Amino acid sequence: MTGVEILFALLGAVAVAAALLVVGSPNLVHAALWLVVTLGALAGCYLLLTAEFVAWVQVLIYVGAVVVLLLFGLMLTRAPIGYSAELTSGNRWAAAVVAGATGGTLMTVIVEAFRREYVGLHGGVAGASRGIGETIFRYWVLPFEILSVLLLAALVGAIVLSRRTPDEARPAAGATVGAPGLAGGSNGTGRPGGGDLTDTGTGTETGQANAAAPTVPAQDDDRTLPVSESTGSQGGAG
Amino acid sequence: MHLLYPLVLSVLLFSIGIYGVLARRNAILVLMSVELMLNAVNLNLVAFDVWLGDRLHAGQVFTLYVITIAAAEIGLGLAIVLLVFRQRETADVDALRDLGERQYEAMLEPDRGAR
Repeated sequence: MTGVEILFALLGAVAVAAALLVVGSPNLVHAALWLVVTLGALAGCYLLLTAEFVAWVQVLIYVGAVVVLLLFGLMLTRAPIGYSAELTSGNRWAAAVVAGATGGTLMTVIVEAFRREYVGLHGGVAGASRGIGETIFRYWVLPFEILSVLLLAALVGAIVLSRRTPDEARPAAGATVGAPGLAGGSNGTGRPGGGDLTDTGTGTETGQANAAAPTVPAQDDDRTLPVSESTGSQGGAG
Repeated sequence: MHLLYPLVLSVLLFSIGIYGVLARRNAILVLMSVELMLNAVNLNLVAFDVWLGDRLHAGQVFTLYVITIAAAEIGLGLAIVLLVFRQRETADVDALRDLGERQYEAMLEPDRGAR
């Protein structure tokens, strides 16, 4: 084993262990933070493969942006912060079998195919930013432009999706205030025009809570209607 | 460096990502597992790019594109998860079975299917 191989094996062990904790940790926030460790170790692997620019982009975008977005998502969906046993579903054994079968198949094929192949790392840095920039803007311009249009479309789509229209926001918030115990069910009868989406089936007592919920906050909603109309026009998404 | 090191690492990460996608219940954890799978593919692309000594750096450039698309995907995915959470008060993937078969639902949860 050369020194590079030893370093790569160590970084790979860190990445795999942290990835196992990402999919196995009973704590949501810890899972997101272990994802940082995995992505950082992978950035180190890119550096060892002399893909310098990709490594820094990995650190900037994945560790810097994507994980922060995921943490924001955890906060906005009011995910449980501490330990929670409900994070893994009941079909984990089937999932483990599928993952093991996929990994075994891929491993067999790859080991058989590339058993005697070596990467020559002594020909200089293959992925320095100068070379990558030249190839992107000389040979890969069209995908680059398509990608910028795709990013714009994703931006607009995310804004449109997460925008809260005034008539759907208020009764849903009222149902949350009136009946906070509805965490697993629908928030149902209070929302106008959304009856086709809410019928996931509630018991009798939650049905009564739903029926009782919109009466009290509805007055508040009517009073605050002009204010929220005027301020909500900027798409007051959370 | 032996080519098998990055390839085996990416296989392991991909399998772990598959397990996470199938076994986790929270939608954001499913998105994290998808990120793991995308990273495994990225490592493969970089390893083959360096192995082939590609003059156009197709593997690394494509890795950059995949990273960008993953950022866009995470943004859209989180917007969808937030929308689901706003309507259902839950981000639990197992609880979203409006499109499931009624028979299957009754089999899984008898008190719900009996109505």
